[in-house]
Amino acid sequence: MTASTTSKRIVIVGNGMVGHHFVEQLVNSNANCEITVLSGEKRLAYDRVHLSSWFSGSRAEDLAMTDEATYDSWGVKYYTDAMVTEINRDNKSVSTAQGTFHYDMLVLATGSYPFVPPIPGNDQEHCLVYRTIEDLEAIEASAAVSKTGVVVGGGLLGLEAANALKQAGLETHVVEFAPQLMAVQLDEAGGDLLRNKIEDLGVVVHTQKATQVIEAGEEARYRMAFADGSALETDMILFSAGIRPSDQLGRLAGLDVGERGGIIINNQCQTSDPNVYAIGECALWESRIYGLVAPGYSMARTAVSHITGGDLEFAGADMSTKLKLMGVDVGSIGDAHGRTAGSLSYTYHNQPEGIYKRLIVDGAQKKVIGAVLVGDTSDYDTLLQYSLNDIDIPEHAESLILPSAGEKPALGADALPDTATVCSCHNVSKGDITAAIDGGCCSVGEVKSCTKAATGCGGCAALLKNVVDGELEKRGVEVSKAICEHFNYTRQELYHMVKVEEIHSFDELLEKHGEGLGCDICKPAVGSVLASVWNDYILTQNNLPLQDTNDTYLGNMQKDGTYSIVPRVPGGEITPEGLILIGEIAKEYGLYTKITGGQRIDLFGARVEQLPDIWEKLVAGGFETGHAYAKSLRTVKSCVGSTWCRYGVQDSVGQAIDLENRYKGLRAPHKIKFAVSGCTRECAEAQGKDIGVIATENGWNLYVCGNGGMKPRHADLFATDLDSETLVKYIDRVLMFYVKTADRLQRTSVWMENLEGGLDYLKSVVIDDSLGICDELEAQMQLVVDAYQCEWKTTIESPEARKRFRQFVNSKAIDSNIQFVDERGQIRPATEAEKIAGASRIPVELV
Amino acid sequence: MQATAEMTQQWHDICEESDLVKNSGVCALIDEQQVAIFTLKNKDGITVYAVSNWDPIGKANVMYRGIVGSLGGEPVVASPLYKEHYSLVTGRCLENDEVSLSTYDVRIADGRVLVAL
Repeated sequence: MTASTTSKRIVIVGNGMVGHHFVEQLVNSNANCEITVLSGEKRLAYDRVHLSSWFSGSRAEDLAMTDEATYDSWGVKYYTDAMVTEINRDNKSVSTAQGTFHYDMLVLATGSYPFVPPIPGNDQEHCLVYRTIEDLEAIEASAAVSKTGVVVGGGLLGLEAANALKQAGLETHVVEFAPQLMAVQLDEAGGDLLRNKIEDLGVVVHTQKATQVIEAGEEARYRMAFADGSALETDMILFSAGIRPSDQLGRLAGLDVGERGGIIINNQCQTSDPNVYAIGECALWESRIYGLVAPGYSMARTAVSHITGGDLEFAGADMSTKLKLMGVDVGSIGDAHGRTAGSLSYTYHNQPEGIYKRLIVDGAQKKVIGAVLVGDTSDYDTLLQYSLNDIDIPEHAESLILPSAGEKPALGADALPDTATVCSCHNVSKGDITAAIDGGCCSVGEVKSCTKAATGCGGCAALLKNVVDGELEKRGVEVSKAICEHFNYTRQELYHMVKVEEIHSFDELLEKHGEGLGCDICKPAVGSVLASVWNDYILTQNNLPLQDTNDTYLGNMQKDGTYSIVPRVPGGEITPEGLILIGEIAKEYGLYTKITGGQRIDLFGARVEQLPDIWEKLVAGGFETGHAYAKSLRTVKSCVGSTWCRYGVQDSVGQAIDLENRYKGLRAPHKIKFAVSGCTRECAEAQGKDIGVIATENGWNLYVCGNGGMKPRHADLFATDLDSETLVKYIDRVLMFYVKTADRLQRTSVWMENLEGGLDYLKSVVIDDSLGICDELEAQMQLVVDAYQCEWKTTIESPEARKRFRQFVNSKAIDSNIQFVDERGQIRPATEAEKIAGASRIPVELV
Repeated sequence: MQATAEMTQQWHDICEESDLVKNSGVCALIDEQQVAIFTLKNKDGITVYAVSNWDPIGKANVMYRGIVGSLGGEPVVASPLYKEHYSLVTGRCLENDEVSLSTYDVRIADGRVLVAL
């Protein structure tokens, strides 16, 4: 080892969420140490909290919390598949199959393993557990050959696992030994309501069932025989009946362990050997194992602090939780069962809407000591702050959980003490946030990246925003929603003004509601709003100066000032004649050609003055503009569908063509992409689009608000088995609602995530017409559809408009700076070095 | 200095006033120099500006295709490539001190646009 004498060798065993957090914190501390990570798993740390997202499409790379490159850049050595077999405390080393590693400080973050009840027959092929990515792969493989699945365990993890089985398409059962679900976090009434809600979703719940044996089944693969004489047949079984600390290494090394497992640690997270630390689910603090990630993170920070000379102590952790189980909101705070002596409780039970809330206060009726929330957790943040910070409750405590018919005593961010924890995942207090703001952070985004608040489970995002907004306001910083210095309004407000006041020009809007002369932010935004509302020709004298260059010249400007040309190819269906025409034009003008991701053909290298001539030929050949330059509908990608494909169940190409022709030309806050797949194989990748349509035996499934690009997002399933008419109706409404309410340059995914209530809210607006605006949305869309024109056709027919397409107002010369060289048989822009030095002479084009 | 500048400066007749585009730009070729000419409507009427057409950051002759407006009261054009703002009065780049546009005198006489170079 080449380590200098002052550099501490720190070896971490285990690279789960907590082990990784330790590494991250240690690296951030800039301590002089040599870090080695030994992971028994195949891969570096990943997000175990969101494992069930695997069954809605997440893969290992989506769940990953870090990667090799990051560890390399931190100078952290790491070994995967490196199971530690022994700790030798005398010479301070650990052994793995890869060799022996010496340490000055050893950190055990070995986590836990799923407890499998000792039931005869529990070790058969389709009896699985739910903990690692390998487990998920096994579950997926088993689900593929199973019809029914049982989860043993009705706790938090068990219900997560049940959700996974349900998403995998199995008829799902939950078997629980206790009389209710989530017995740790909920009281009986809360557990009962949760059960009803989960059963409504098609999951069968069996409580008070003790499995005695798992034997061969008659109708399914297995038969579970229960102590009460009943039985349940199933093809697979998933055990999720709690966790046990992985403390074997500690035991072998002679470290003190608890009676029921867990490596005993002190407040500094040291084990009985001061050079060995234990953190996370393998550690036992004050006879307690913490099976949540937030306390594990807290232990990680404590250990880092102690190793680097800090004085942080682990002092236990709040086990309150808020989560969504199969779409059901559940929250539990503090003493949820009201077991504290003398405690009193308030209950609100709304059976018709399926909401249950119980508030537990101390005997003096001064403090919140616990709460149970099922079906509605909107009060969770407030109640948690009351409970954690010992804030005196208001006079009518029941108002804290009653529906806010009248005034609800709002717990403003102001009421929180500086010590109040806002983000428990990353242990960020209100004081940390104010410090970040004093240090120069001016927005929620900046505070997030500076403090990491709301970047764990994200549950505190709303509270964080309140705190940040409140603090900024206190400092006299106006939290501006203005689009730019010329309009003190959001895009949504501008849209409203344009529509209500029937404003048709930027100048009119500026005069009435703005100041200055406008800029490259507000002008295109207003141009887009005007186009969305009125769908006038965008190159009228008034509209033209508002457009970005791409819109002004109806092409995509490339780095050398030339443009690319994309004719519309609806649904990607194109005739041989069409292909030949495009080929001939490309040849005639010497353009570079490339197939786009949206199933069209892009022609590059056209000079501005060539555009009208090229389009004259394209339009004559039956092509229309593809709007590749615009913030508007781009393409509707499709697979070949039932017409040709052996597996297709609907005519996806026909549907794609109809949809593309309906929405072409719709100007929006950002570009919009569609795709239509002819069966569930999903060859058109519709789930990566703003609007995705997937054929089913019975019609069409509609997915919304996905996107590719920098931050890919899978689209959410919005409605199933729609006929074409309803499909179009829903798409009309979703798109028009987006056009009306989104911010400038906000794609549908971010827009939906920012809608309060998200997908459910969008469904209620579009499907249930909860705002009563669906008729208006449809009418507005019809107006846009009816006003459609091919902008290029209009342009080439107007001599006045064609005048804009020239490089020089006073000469027919061409721009000598545009030069090409050959590459792979086509042109590409010359680099600065390649440009012909003496080409300052302007060649005059012969007319 | 003033005198020499005056002496070497020559007015070039470019185009009809109606060839200019309201609140937008066109480009003129003057002795192998490309000059972007913008008009900008404000409270006092319409002002005409002329700056070099070469985008010093994007390295292409495209400035005339940028969006014009004002920032903090200063008339500006935004590069259509990477959106830096340049003052139409001084040519200064608002985001980057190391680059700027050249500015030229421009005037309208008898319905013709004249640029001094």
